[in-house]
Amino acid sequence: MNLEQLQRAVFEVTRQPLTPSERMRPRLPDGRLVREIANALIKPNDRMTSFERLQIYNQQYWFRIMGSLSEDFPGLRSLVGERKFEKLAVAYLNECPSESFTLRNLGSRLETWLRKHREYVAGVERVAFDMVRLEWADIDAFDSLDLPRFTATASGQLSGATIFRLQPHLHLLDLAYAVDDLLIHVRRLNARSETVSNAVIEFPKRTRIRRSSLPNPGKAYLAVYRLQGAVYFKRLKRDGFALLRALGEGKPLEEAIEVALLRPGRRVDRIGPQLQEWFQEWSSLGWFAKS
Amino acid sequence: MPANRFNGNSDYGVGIGLRVPHYQHIFEKKPVVNWFEIISENFMVDGGLPLKNLDQILERYRVVQHGVSMYFGSAEPLNREHLKRLKKLVKRTKTPWLTDHLCWGSVDGRYTHDLIPMPYTFEAAKIAAQKIREARDFLEVPLAVENVSSYAEFHVSEMKEWEFLNEVVEDADCGILLDVNNIYVSSRNHGFDPFEYLKSVPPERVAQIHIAGHTKYQKYILDTHDHPVIDPVWALYARAIEMAGPTPTLLEWDDRIPSFNEVHREALKAKRYLPAQLQEAS
Repeated sequence: MNLEQLQRAVFEVTRQPLTPSERMRPRLPDGRLVREIANALIKPNDRMTSFERLQIYNQQYWFRIMGSLSEDFPGLRSLVGERKFEKLAVAYLNECPSESFTLRNLGSRLETWLRKHREYVAGVERVAFDMVRLEWADIDAFDSLDLPRFTATASGQLSGATIFRLQPHLHLLDLAYAVDDLLIHVRRLNARSETVSNAVIEFPKRTRIRRSSLPNPGKAYLAVYRLQGAVYFKRLKRDGFALLRALGEGKPLEEAIEVALLRPGRRVDRIGPQLQEWFQEWSSLGWFAKS
Repeated sequence: MPANRFNGNSDYGVGIGLRVPHYQHIFEKKPVVNWFEIISENFMVDGGLPLKNLDQILERYRVVQHGVSMYFGSAEPLNREHLKRLKKLVKRTKTPWLTDHLCWGSVDGRYTHDLIPMPYTFEAAKIAAQKIREARDFLEVPLAVENVSSYAEFHVSEMKEWEFLNEVVEDADCGILLDVNNIYVSSRNHGFDPFEYLKSVPPERVAQIHIAGHTKYQKYILDTHDHPVIDPVWALYARAIEMAGPTPTLLEWDDRIPSFNEVHREALKAKRYLPAQLQEAS
């Protein structure tokens, strides 16, 4: 057995989900006995069988990734409850193992996966999708790029053809449920760890989160952004949100205004003061980047 | 403290791991610390608070980078994106040397985020050495590999762990981040004499030493980094210093992290093992 074959064999076993009592499963999905695989790969010692020794790595794998995903998505945990979240997380991580050197990206495919596996959030689908989008935006906004800002001096040279570039850390979310309030509440109760280390995880350390009541449905237009190192959520008016989204798609200013704001009977000169107010505010929050 | 080509001829003394719970204390009290070790992956991001905090640390302190996911021992090639980000961070921190583990943890582009021990084979040693050389050439900084704690041994192994370590570092011509706690943990889990391990380590290649605490279970020991260093590990440390001379030393404390002062005090116990004339100077 060469190195590649050995590592594939070990990984195949260690990435199998644990039993409910957090032990290594006795069989692989194809029916092969894990004990036999372990015996073939791992030396026993005077205290532990090959199975038990391999089990340590199986447990470490799941404790680590489950801990990380749980920390990243406390809002979803709070919505669906701990038990359902655990099932959902195991299924997701089993199907979408980490493809990044950093655990930061572990939840990057969760929304897409969840939309294909609605059974894990049955009864709360839409609010769960919104929560996952918000929590991923929060993770991304925390440490993504902050480009040099588009300055007020430069805004004096604006024309209809000006193309605004939005900061990479700015996320625009149109939500069917105002999940931002709920997430803020949940986060207050749960401090978040932002580091990885090379220490072994002794046991699953996920603090339990109390299940939250569902927020009432109601459209919310949200900007998730970073300012001076902290991530903020800001509610926007629908028109302002539409304009930012059009700008974010790379439309020139005039076209973005036309697409987002102009409706029959509404003239540009009427919305001028509003536009000025928005652009001043958005600039002061650093949402525009130099092209 | 003496320096060598594997730690950028640096003379760093005793440092501690930079951890988030200590930021406030460090920024406010500005304690005197010889150097901080950072986990590279925590700062291989595009922006935000992690880099802002790091820049603040760099204004006042010396920093050495320690990685957890390069996986020199994985059969697959190095992750180029990882290397590019790492190099960017190396330029930012100006780390005089860089470390990661002699282990594997990724298969077919999928990551375990764990430090899995190597099968001690000549094939594995060759692959790891090649990847270490490739990484060092790309990163343009001296590189040292750390021996990991292990809980399993493979039937296919053709040599002892310390022989494997020697095989790799000689072939790659790289340094060793000698983790004496890991030697202790593995010695208990596999039943070997930790001093025999130490005896075979080429002292001239020891770029840095790690010390840490661990947790003992009925059948095995886990490398949890959540306790003070125990006496048998200090004994190994003393022997390592005798062999290699005073060497940059770092205390790892990653879980149930006590106050900054407590961690720092624990780290500074390492000075007891320096030659008397260096104890005050370091």
